[in-house]
Amino acid sequence: MKFILTLALLLAIGFVTPVSAQIDVKIAYLKGWRALPPTLSNLDPIPDDEGLSGAQLGREDNATTGKFLKQSYELLPFEASPDDDLTAIAREALDASDFLVLNATRADVLMIADMPEAQGKLIFNASAPDNDLRSDACRANVFHTLPSRAMLSDALAQFAVQKKWTDWALITGPREEDQAFAASLDASAGKFGVRIRDRKTWTFDADMRRNASAEVPLFTQSFPEHDMLIVADEANDYARYVMFNTWDPRPIGGSEGVVPAAWHRAVEQHGAAQLQSRFQELAARPMRSIDWAAWAAVRSIGEAVTRTNATDPASVRAFLYSDAFELGGFKGRKLSFRNWNGQLRQPIPLAHPGALVALAPLEGFLHRVNELDTLGLDEPESNCAALGSNE
Amino acid sequence: MIKWTLIAALALSAPATADEIWISNEKDDTISVIDIETMEVTRTIEVGERPRGITFSKDFSVLYLCASDSDTVQVIDPDTGKILHDLPSGEDPEQFVLHPDNRHLYIANEDDAITTVVDTETRKVVAQIDVGIEPEGMAVSPDGRISITTSETTSMAHWIDTSTQELFANTLVDQRPRHAEFTLDGSELWVSAEIGGTISIFDVSDQTEKAKITFEVQGVHPDRVQPVGFELTQDGRYAFVALGPSNHIAVVDQKTYEVLDYILVGRRVWHMAFNGDESLLFTTNGVSGDVTVIDVEKLEATKSIKVGRFPWGAAFRPTN
Repeated sequence: MKFILTLALLLAIGFVTPVSAQIDVKIAYLKGWRALPPTLSNLDPIPDDEGLSGAQLGREDNATTGKFLKQSYELLPFEASPDDDLTAIAREALDASDFLVLNATRADVLMIADMPEAQGKLIFNASAPDNDLRSDACRANVFHTLPSRAMLSDALAQFAVQKKWTDWALITGPREEDQAFAASLDASAGKFGVRIRDRKTWTFDADMRRNASAEVPLFTQSFPEHDMLIVADEANDYARYVMFNTWDPRPIGGSEGVVPAAWHRAVEQHGAAQLQSRFQELAARPMRSIDWAAWAAVRSIGEAVTRTNATDPASVRAFLYSDAFELGGFKGRKLSFRNWNGQLRQPIPLAHPGALVALAPLEGFLHRVNELDTLGLDEPESNCAALGSNE
Repeated sequence: MIKWTLIAALALSAPATADEIWISNEKDDTISVIDIETMEVTRTIEVGERPRGITFSKDFSVLYLCASDSDTVQVIDPDTGKILHDLPSGEDPEQFVLHPDNRHLYIANEDDAITTVVDTETRKVVAQIDVGIEPEGMAVSPDGRISITTSETTSMAHWIDTSTQELFANTLVDQRPRHAEFTLDGSELWVSAEIGGTISIFDVSDQTEKAKITFEVQGVHPDRVQPVGFELTQDGRYAFVALGPSNHIAVVDQKTYEVLDYILVGRRVWHMAFNGDESLLFTTNGVSGDVTVIDVEKLEATKSIKVGRFPWGAAFRPTN
């Protein structure tokens, strides 16, 4: 009887949650302009809505939770064309919201993070993998939901060690980001005991669609004995023409073959099939790494607001760095932020176009605190002075 | 004995003579039927796509099965294995619970953030209730007044008043809730959180959290200890909790919430079912594609039985 009474009372009041006042959260999303290099193949164009659709799905997910808690979520998208003044647009975005998800280059992330308007606000880098953003060039107001290059190259090195494919030959593209990826691969090779037996820079300016079968065997013929050929080609310009055209029959990894990434359409375990299908429904295409990173950024903000009922950046930031924060990111374990550099610690899928090959950290790579910290810059390796106060 | 096995193997429509455990195989589109006496799979029944939630009617005359990718709940004759008809279920039904009235199914529509209530007699949808993202765990109180849906991405337990089919409470739990159960007396609701690594226990009278259970498996990183499916014994003694990729079942004291033991089972253990007198527990191990049999008195794994690919759900069928 008492139970029925209680129930009736509850029905009369409505939802039984500790929340009373309506909370409205605005999250800005800004896509900076970036010059995309021409690529030999036009098979895989980068979708215009890359990142934005991920952020939108994150907003929808937040809003669904929010409607049971009297919380609403709004996404404010901004985009800069090459002729625009990025500073002006960033100022507008920062005026509109305390939270800014960025799809921009390393230089633009730094420029925006250092604007006076960005101080005391929270920026989420969903697109720049640069290692130094998580180290010397880190900023106290920036979180990173996209994995760093170091996390990707560490994942690949762990995979190679597990397979005992520890002798590598390395081909690096001519672009700055390819060199950065190669440097990261170098560091990972040293960290996990992989030998890079030789390296070459890709210099061809011919159209490989026609003559890859003639050029690549010669180009790779002089490599010493190796177990695995690694290709650093972030724009996916030439790497696809290397596979199956090498002198020696060797598995390929890096930017082609088995590729470490934040996300891949073949990830389906750990409930990921549902995230994939929700994204597919929203964007009419598979989810990509930057989409996932933008989704994770918006979800992190939502998680903080849901759990703390606070919307001010200081409270959200404190919660995101606390032990209480955990994000279900469809990667098989809870995700959290490294308090020494703002990086979201996360497993890294290694996949080829048709299937998932492995999910790093791989078994046997141990860490005294958290195995996820075997990927990327661990506390002693990260040189981020701006976040020293989080200790 | 030989003759009996032969008959069972032929899967004739004659009723089986031993009790059975029915297993849904998510990636084989089949059900494996395990004979509890011989501990062997005696029948493999082809069903709809991606079968997951599996439960019998209260009188065991029919089996209900969520065929998730076929977007339907199939009603199956357990004697013949024939699909009798489909029920409207909403899109992507993952898990469901049968109301004590033996008539209404509460179904989680994973892709749609909806709980669908279906009348199994009229075969009509009675209500659709908006819940959080990726609803999965489903429970109904023993008195039938409250139904629960847990939503994975929203991380909530949604409390549905079955007289109005409306939500009357929403309670946050840890990340990625997977399963919910009421205690036999209806006073407590238990909810597992896979990524959070916990089970939250709610006082049903006011929907407040009264306790939280955490788990610790030696040699396994805490993040990999992920409670998913669980069952409470009728005698109020134990809760058995599947810990997913840690490949263990935790044994919990239902009264003190203390974790008493961990039992090693197959890989990615997911759901489970007891036999009739609860002396045996059958766990589905998704990755290893088998079922582990646990002796409940001794708290020991005694046998593993190969079934189809990615066994998901389990249901007990008495035949005597």
